[in-house]
Amino acid sequence: MTSAIFINAAYIVSACLFIFGLKLLSHPSTSRKGNAVSALGMFIAVVVTLLHKDIISFHWIIAGVVIGGAIGAIFAKKVEMTSMPELVSLFNGFGGLASLAVGWISVIELANPSLADTASVLVSSVAQASSESTHQGLSISIANLSIIIGGLTFSGSVIAWGKLSGRMTSAAITFAGQRWVNIALIIAMVVVSYQLTQTPENMNLIYAIIAISVVFGVLAVIPIGGADMPVVISLLNSYSGIAATAAGFAIGNNILIVAGLLVGASGIILTNIMCKAMNRSLMNVLLSGFAKPVDTTLKVEGELKALSPEDAYFVLEAAQSVLVVPGYGMAVAQAQHAVKELQELIEGNGGEVVYGIHPVAGRMPGHMNVLLAEADVSYDLLLEMDAVNQRMDNFDVAIVIGANDVVNPAAKEMKGSPIYGMPVIEVERARSVFVLKRTANAGFAGVDNPLFFRENTRMIYGDAKDTLNSVIREFGDD
Amino acid sequence: METIYLLFITVLAAFLGFELIRKVPATLHTPLMSGANAISGITLVGALVAAGGEDGTLTTIIGTIAVALATINVIGGYMVTDRMLAMFKKKSDKKSEKDA
Repeated sequence: MTSAIFINAAYIVSACLFIFGLKLLSHPSTSRKGNAVSALGMFIAVVVTLLHKDIISFHWIIAGVVIGGAIGAIFAKKVEMTSMPELVSLFNGFGGLASLAVGWISVIELANPSLADTASVLVSSVAQASSESTHQGLSISIANLSIIIGGLTFSGSVIAWGKLSGRMTSAAITFAGQRWVNIALIIAMVVVSYQLTQTPENMNLIYAIIAISVVFGVLAVIPIGGADMPVVISLLNSYSGIAATAAGFAIGNNILIVAGLLVGASGIILTNIMCKAMNRSLMNVLLSGFAKPVDTTLKVEGELKALSPEDAYFVLEAAQSVLVVPGYGMAVAQAQHAVKELQELIEGNGGEVVYGIHPVAGRMPGHMNVLLAEADVSYDLLLEMDAVNQRMDNFDVAIVIGANDVVNPAAKEMKGSPIYGMPVIEVERARSVFVLKRTANAGFAGVDNPLFFRENTRMIYGDAKDTLNSVIREFGDD
Repeated sequence: METIYLLFITVLAAFLGFELIRKVPATLHTPLMSGANAISGITLVGALVAAGGEDGTLTTIIGTIAVALATINVIGGYMVTDRMLAMFKKKSDKKSEKDA
């Protein structure tokens, strides 16, 4: 009993450290310390748990920790910053699977009271026995919930990972009757869950629940296209936390509940920010694959004016203030270091460079910021959409690198455009706009971009990194 | 009664989480997510008890797998977050590094 009190007291310390760690994350200058504080909280929670009276052998624990630790460390060291979205979704999936496992174990234990605390069953009177059984039904339902959320987080994250890493098509996948299949799955889930509370010792029911939730996770993510991935990752991140909370409820562990909810809250807030940045509801994003094809009668007509990197150099050399708007294309081309080099050359000429970052630029929240930080760009130059829109008229040049929908004026001007109403970075108000683009095709959402036909817009075709390097060479030549 | 007490903690933690995370700037949203991944590895605590008990083979196997998965999240999550956060620098910081 004293060890239980000690363990729970230590959990309070861990919870405080997690909270304090997140608080320090509110500014880039203290954020690294915050991460260390949070890690210390985790370390304390893990170490005191090893004092638990039910832990009698350590060899399996050591095996699991060594294998998991090695895999985690390799992932963390090897991953390219451009591949962060894939890594985060993979980690979400592992978290979900771990919660599924904990939920499964607690169902097994609830079904076999001999394994649980035998003493408490012996002292309970007949009158208490009946309330005991309803209590058991509740406990099993909660454990079951942790299996379901864990299972769909796992399979959904694996699909998201496949889409982000290009192992499967990032386009929306739908098939006839998909909605009915989903509804059937939900009904099956409810029925099997009820059965499980009645006969928890039936292992086939647990297998059925796992299978249903895994299939459900797959079907939930395949109809979502690549451009909506920031929302999906945030949502799965939230689920992985909620799954941990459910597991915490199932085993009656406070620290699991608190830590899981901090993660769940973070995921929900990010999901909300992403949806707002696209002016769409969460339901709209999740069901977007089922939407009717976009009305393509809205055609943008005009002439595209191409520009060579040499001519771009002459404009940039004279520019006093330059705005860079990066998008997923910058990540694909690995152009962040070239961007930084160009920034230094312009600054060397007495000009000013800032970056305008749309919340949904890239494939996860904050994706562009990390890439630019990797290239050693100072974080106070990374501005949010509203900040750059306010001073847009004062920029001599806006350089759009691999972004399309987030700078598309159709969002303001063309009613009926699929992105109408989405807040965008209004680069068309800058004195001149350079668009670095691989080809003249439409962007990810398949929407024509009237920006490209504007009087002050010049298109520079080619790989963004090569283009930037050509411009940088021109600077060097003079 | 126990359930109500756990629910109490749940509600308070949810409010606290929302208040804290709202203050994280957009620049740090990717590290926030990977850091949250690391924290969701807290499932490790639940998995440890299962893997270390003498409850029979099935629970031990599932428990060990859960320990390995959760440890990937904890170790991988904290390490990659640290790697990212180390990159976030301000220009003045860099100058003072050069001076030193």
